[in-house]
Amino acid sequence: MYDAGKIIIGLIIFLAFATFPFYSNMGKAVAKPDPKLNTPVIQQMKVKQCVESKKFMRAKHMQLLINWRNAALRRGERLYKGSDGRITEISLQNQCLRCHSNKRNFCDECHNYVAVNPYCWDCHFYAPKEANNEH
Amino acid sequence: MGALLSFFVVIVLVLIALAGVQGAGLYVLFGTIIPYAAVATFILGVILRVIKWSRSPVPFHIPTTCGQEKSLPWIKYSKLESPSGTLGVIGRMALEVLLFRSLFRNLKPELRDDDGPRLVYSSNQWLWLGGLAFHWSMLIVILRHLRFFTQPVPFFVTIIDSLDGFLQIGAPHLLLTGVILLLAVTYLFLRRLFNPPVRYISLPSDYLPLFLIMGIATTGILMRYFFRVDIIHVKELTLGLATLNPEIPAGIGVIFYIHLFLISSLFAYFPFSKLMHMGGVFLSPTRNLANNSRIKRHVNPWNYPVKVHTYEEYEDEFREKMKDAGIPVEKE
Amino acid sequence: MAKPTKPTKPPKPEELVKIDYNPPEKPWMEVPVEFKPGTFCYGTRPKYLEEIGFPNPREWSPLDDDWKLPADWKDTVLKGIGERLKKNRAFHLFMDICVRCGACADKCHFFIGSGDPKNMPVLRAELMRSVYRKYFTTGGKLFGNLAGARELTSDVFKEWWYYYYQCTECRRCSVFCPFGIDTAEITMMARELFNLLGCNTDWIAGPVANCYRKGNHLGLEPHTITSNIEFLVDDIEEITGIKVEPTFNRKGAEILFVTPSGDLFGDPGTYTCMGYLMLFHELGLDYTWSTYASEGGNFGFFTSMEMAKRLNYKIYAEAKRLGVKWILGGECGHMWRVVHQYMDTWNGPADFLEEPVSPITGTKFENAKTTKMVHIAEFTADLIKHGKLKLDPSRNDHLKVTYHDSCNTSRGMGILEEPRYIINKSCNHFHEMHEDTIREKTFCCGSGTGLNAGENMELRMRGGLARANAVQHVRDKNGVNMLANICAIDRATLSTLMQYWVPDVGVSGIHELLGNALVMKGEKERETDLRLEPLPGKEDEDV
Repeated sequence: MYDAGKIIIGLIIFLAFATFPFYSNMGKAVAKPDPKLNTPVIQQMKVKQCVESKKFMRAKHMQLLINWRNAALRRGERLYKGSDGRITEISLQNQCLRCHSNKRNFCDECHNYVAVNPYCWDCHFYAPKEANNEH
Repeated sequence: MGALLSFFVVIVLVLIALAGVQGAGLYVLFGTIIPYAAVATFILGVILRVIKWSRSPVPFHIPTTCGQEKSLPWIKYSKLESPSGTLGVIGRMALEVLLFRSLFRNLKPELRDDDGPRLVYSSNQWLWLGGLAFHWSMLIVILRHLRFFTQPVPFFVTIIDSLDGFLQIGAPHLLLTGVILLLAVTYLFLRRLFNPPVRYISLPSDYLPLFLIMGIATTGILMRYFFRVDIIHVKELTLGLATLNPEIPAGIGVIFYIHLFLISSLFAYFPFSKLMHMGGVFLSPTRNLANNSRIKRHVNPWNYPVKVHTYEEYEDEFREKMKDAGIPVEKE
Repeated sequence: MAKPTKPTKPPKPEELVKIDYNPPEKPWMEVPVEFKPGTFCYGTRPKYLEEIGFPNPREWSPLDDDWKLPADWKDTVLKGIGERLKKNRAFHLFMDICVRCGACADKCHFFIGSGDPKNMPVLRAELMRSVYRKYFTTGGKLFGNLAGARELTSDVFKEWWYYYYQCTECRRCSVFCPFGIDTAEITMMARELFNLLGCNTDWIAGPVANCYRKGNHLGLEPHTITSNIEFLVDDIEEITGIKVEPTFNRKGAEILFVTPSGDLFGDPGTYTCMGYLMLFHELGLDYTWSTYASEGGNFGFFTSMEMAKRLNYKIYAEAKRLGVKWILGGECGHMWRVVHQYMDTWNGPADFLEEPVSPITGTKFENAKTTKMVHIAEFTADLIKHGKLKLDPSRNDHLKVTYHDSCNTSRGMGILEEPRYIINKSCNHFHEMHEDTIREKTFCCGSGTGLNAGENMELRMRGGLARANAVQHVRDKNGVNMLANICAIDRATLSTLMQYWVPDVGVSGIHELLGNALVMKGEKERETDLRLEPLPGKEDEDV
């Protein structure tokens, strides 16, 4: 007794699982995320500089935001001293979103790409100046 | 000895990746060529191994019955432990594969000598728990990683990810399965090291996958929570692999390449190792056959005629004695 | 010499029970095998191999340095392994997929009783896997020892012999293995390899040769079988006043009855046999015994699949010659593993027989549809359920009974409830042993698969420790004095085991208990049980 049929079915299932990433993307042109920095506020800035360096923000913005939340809401601290000594106000609404008023073309661009669903918007209200009715 | 050796092997693997990427800058080798080769080895290797097994027939019907057989209609039989048909077998296999039924039975006998020898049995489900935690978290971790290999990311991956991080500790969210995986694999390793009989039976090849997985989980956790690689670039690389458009974005930390190289090593090692129990468990004739061998004839493809001692030969030898004893004979 | 050592007496129980479970410092591959007296069987005498046409018959002893193997023995073994890997998926798979999790380690009765790490099922299997890796896997060829591989040497071969004759193929390990790895399968293959080189044990090869030529393990010739049964018939008449009239080799009978020859010779098996005879007589069953197929057991099964098939052939052949409708099988353990899982595959299809139907109740035994052989416990349980038997369980009131599931019937067949049903209907006092020592978790008697010799008594007593200990517990707790079972080997070996560990517990088959309780038409008032011992309340009347 060989049970060849059952084994072949099993192998097909294995193949289906093991090669899922290959065939599920087949023929799809995947656009790379391209977060836009072209909001009016940023364009008017002379020195286009966030509260920390670009490298820092790319890798660690989520930690910074959590720290800000904890500082502002739990300790009532409203000022942040950056690594270059600049003091900025701690506020998602008034600080981050002032420049990055394009959530859809900025935040979501990368978050969607890596399937991250941050819970910022569970509390914060995003009032888009752009046509954006996601939230 | 075996543990040290395997530990050393994994350290060397880490150093190879470190030297290759940071030292020699062999990004394409470590980011594209080796992962592809490893995946190909894994898929082909597993299939070839299963085919090799499947070319050996199951000559005899040998389920291990762990419950009452189906016999008389008024006797309740054990549908899952001694299944009489395909449905029961599927149930039995599902319990085995998904919940480690057999391991759950584990007992620990202990010989006490108070007032004469006494064997005492206690249930011992730590191995079951550790094994189950390990395998399930491994599966979930693998499924979670599909977010690096698909675009758009399928809904089930997103759901798994948000469930896994439901505690919402820190940012990015702490994913429980990663921690459970590391704890479980550590438990399995410590058990191997400190349980004397288990240490005695352990081979280097028993420690190697443990260390590899420990290395993979550790680098993964470091990368996510501590060293912070640029996840967007990572996905560009991984998605490039999945869409067969490999590319090497600049600026991904070396720890990612170590992670990837250890995974590649595990994949490539898989088909040649005991890890093939993943496929093997499905083929195990003591589990995947119904207990119906008196109901349905099991055919052995290599059954061959054998030399037998026929009744005629027997009667020829004992005819007189049989006649004297009043036993009927064929030839008077 | 065939018998190099005198049978050594096992140490006293209180000595034997001092067991060290800690593995030695040295890795197991570096610990050489030591043939301890009392733990192994004699090598087979040449005449037995000659009778069945097996290779390399010669005088030899396991203690000899030179086992007188043919010059190309190594090739034979390796070729033999290769062939078996290709012929048997279970063997191939079980060589590959063990993860050495150790769940099986303390499940083996020989490990529990000896503490010898090579009696852990995983290590017993590794003895062979290590050689498999060396010659059949890339990793083993490349990395040798590091990959857990080792050369096949004559010491390794001897180590195999020692330890694969310390496995009773009881399958308890396979119940606990997450992949169902069954050491029995590996032991079977190992023993096949030994038999390619004439290295069977004397105690297995003898019964095989007997059975091949004379029809049963004990070598009872036809007239001895009838006279043995006559003897039992006389006892039955003395006890019940009824003369039962069994027939032999009778053509045209409806049913052929096959039971292990142990039931015909030596108590307590003979009491079980009396139970069968009384039951069949009471039912007026149209059945016959056969002197040609006079063995239900199959020591060929402990030799090689081929030899097992050669012996098993007789059952169907005789059923066909006699023209019976179906076959009824007596109480036996490995016999039923063979009948249930192998017989039809080897020697079927039995299309000359009919689907078994009980002539008394009309019950169709649908679970024996193709093999056409019914277990007597199934048959009897059905009778009792249909009220066809008048039973007086008070006749067993002097017995406090517990029940030992035999390895093969529990883990290789699954007949668990029928025997218990019969016992409960025949006895008033029944107590189960601890749940971790019965049913699918039952412990071997320690002497199965042809290890029931005399010269390896220490091994047997060690192997039986777990079983005996569970009996001792119910003896102490419930006053149990009778260990019932459905296996001929058990009836012989458990008796010895009980004498050693739990001296005041007897051993019986369940049809002995049934025979005691069975109220037969026209019987005289019974004074004694089937052992000719006075029944409860009748003790005084003799005085």
